[in-house]
Amino acid sequence: MGVQSKIDESGQEVTIKVEGRFDFSAHQEFREAYEVASSKITSYVVDLGNASYLDSSALGMLLLLRDYAGGDDACITITKCNDDVRRILSISNFEQLFTIK
Amino acid sequence: MKILIADDNPVDRLLLSKIVSKEGHHVIEAKNGKEAIEYFLQESPDIILLDVIMPLLNGKDAAKEIKRLAGEELVPIIFLTSLVDAQSLADCLEAGGDDFLTKPYNHIILKAKIDAFVRMRNMHGILQKQRDTIVEHNQHMLREQHVAKTVFDNVAHSGCLDAENIKYMLSPLAVFNGDVLLAARKPAGGMHVLLGDFTGHGLPAAIGAMPVAEIFYGMTAKGFGLQMILREINTKLKKILPVGFFCCAAAVSLNFSERSMSVWMGGVPDCYLLTNKGSHLESIQSQHLPLGVLKTEQFNDDMTEHSMDIEDRFFMWSDGIVEARNSQGEMFGEERLRSIFSNDIDPNVLFDAVQKSINEFVGETEKDDDTTLVELKMVDDEAVDQAVSSRRSSSVASDWKIDYELGADSLRNFNPLPLVMHIMMEVPILRVMGGQLFTVVSELFSNALEHGLLTLDSAMKSTPAGFAEFYAVREQRLTALQSGFIKIQMQHTSKNGRTGIFKLSIEDSGEGFNYKKVSHEKALEIADNTSEKNIYSGRGLPLINALCHSLEYVGCGNKVVAEIHWPQKNKV
Repeated sequence: MGVQSKIDESGQEVTIKVEGRFDFSAHQEFREAYEVASSKITSYVVDLGNASYLDSSALGMLLLLRDYAGGDDACITITKCNDDVRRILSISNFEQLFTIK
Repeated sequence: MKILIADDNPVDRLLLSKIVSKEGHHVIEAKNGKEAIEYFLQESPDIILLDVIMPLLNGKDAAKEIKRLAGEELVPIIFLTSLVDAQSLADCLEAGGDDFLTKPYNHIILKAKIDAFVRMRNMHGILQKQRDTIVEHNQHMLREQHVAKTVFDNVAHSGCLDAENIKYMLSPLAVFNGDVLLAARKPAGGMHVLLGDFTGHGLPAAIGAMPVAEIFYGMTAKGFGLQMILREINTKLKKILPVGFFCCAAAVSLNFSERSMSVWMGGVPDCYLLTNKGSHLESIQSQHLPLGVLKTEQFNDDMTEHSMDIEDRFFMWSDGIVEARNSQGEMFGEERLRSIFSNDIDPNVLFDAVQKSINEFVGETEKDDDTTLVELKMVDDEAVDQAVSSRRSSSVASDWKIDYELGADSLRNFNPLPLVMHIMMEVPILRVMGGQLFTVVSELFSNALEHGLLTLDSAMKSTPAGFAEFYAVREQRLTALQSGFIKIQMQHTSKNGRTGIFKLSIEDSGEGFNYKKVSHEKALEIADNTSEKNIYSGRGLPLINALCHSLEYVGCGNKVVAEIHWPQKNKV
């Protein structure tokens, strides 16, 4: 379990990777992952390739990130969701707020 | 060299012996054919000089016997003769002689002939040694391949290829097959089938097939969808195969209960879907590049959907079928293949007809590619289930109930969810829904703990700072928790292993809430997230409601009961 972040060479995109269960226990780490990034960051990628489960507090955290990143102008992509995670996101209509790949 | 000289005439024998030993060879003398054979066995000479006419056994008969005894070894025999007519000389060679020398002897020619045969004998020895080495290596390789094939078969054919609705023909070119055919039952019902055709055949292809089989069976058993599986296989092959090597594939997900099929095809010949009691034929074309060509990001997992009735059939094949050649080098071709289907043949014997037609066409010609032919039939769910369920491991928990109560001590420093999940995952069908179940359990448990026991208010979560504070306060109150409990009750029942109900109830020692006051319907509606107000909480219950068959609060609102039924009717 854990959250890792990596900024690309251009310094404009940060990739946040969540592993294992994505629930409230990841809250602190997740917030640190995007707040640590510099102001140059214009786009965010949340990699859920290794996230097995998701609960509603994770949805809350994604929305926190969205507001942090500029609300409606935020550029956030959620990638590599497994079928379960994708389903949870789609039930909550998150496709309308995030680019889900 | 050791040279045997057989001549009944002592003078001739002595003369010849002198010439030969002068050249540095060791000479053995025999007085007749019989002695020649004896000395041959005793001394194993390298070359034999044999007089034609001798007492006891003449030269020709001795030569025949010596050649028989020598077997594979080359023992050159040169006949000594005063005969000069062509027929007599030819007879000498006929009897097994390698050359002849006419009397009187010319010692220059004799030396040249002996030298030539020494060379020939040496060369023959080398050839034989090399041949033996090759035979040995080949046997060694075949032994290794047989062992490897056993491993390969155990991995590749561990699925349900013997299911009642699958007919297939695999013809391996070498010990290994460049074609791979995999079939597995999905835990939630239905079936995955994959036909792969690797570039090349034999060992390199088989090595590539191993991870494909592992991923295919592993992920199918864990309940992953075919698209995820294909994606994973593609990534793996891209990583391990050298550039220029890839795997053409047709992958099918059969859904028996909904009578439908999804197909992904990459680089394989058109497949046929035969519907309406065999009266309608549709070709389905490959839409994608083969597996192992594109990078993960570029990989396209789009599948086409097809509805199928009972008895409808889907035919797929590797290009070895279309490209099978007859003795004239002509290809079988798509036209011939298609014409079999347009012949109004009873669908039940169509597979055999195709197989027969190809075999007749190819005849005795050696096949130059692997040929695989598969027929998948849409059948009743039960038909496949019966066959498969008998093989399902008998140690599956299907009917059980568990009460799990956690006191304040445990709640303070123990997360029960992994254990709870572990128990559920013992039921294969629940494993498939693992992600959803976790969300449901986690959500309801969090509610019981955070709102029931710790009396936290979600309204706190309306700002980013509040969100953080919520979890900080949660931590504080949890550490200080002195009394209270959470009861988790789980129950699973199943009917013949075909349908089932998972019931989860979570009760806490808190005061509950007036769930009637909050209009129940409204609370469970999914908020329109596009509305301007984006609050960070309040998604839990609607989410669970969407995932469960039913969700109910009872008593004073401190107990919630959720039911999940399977097979699931997709609400979303």
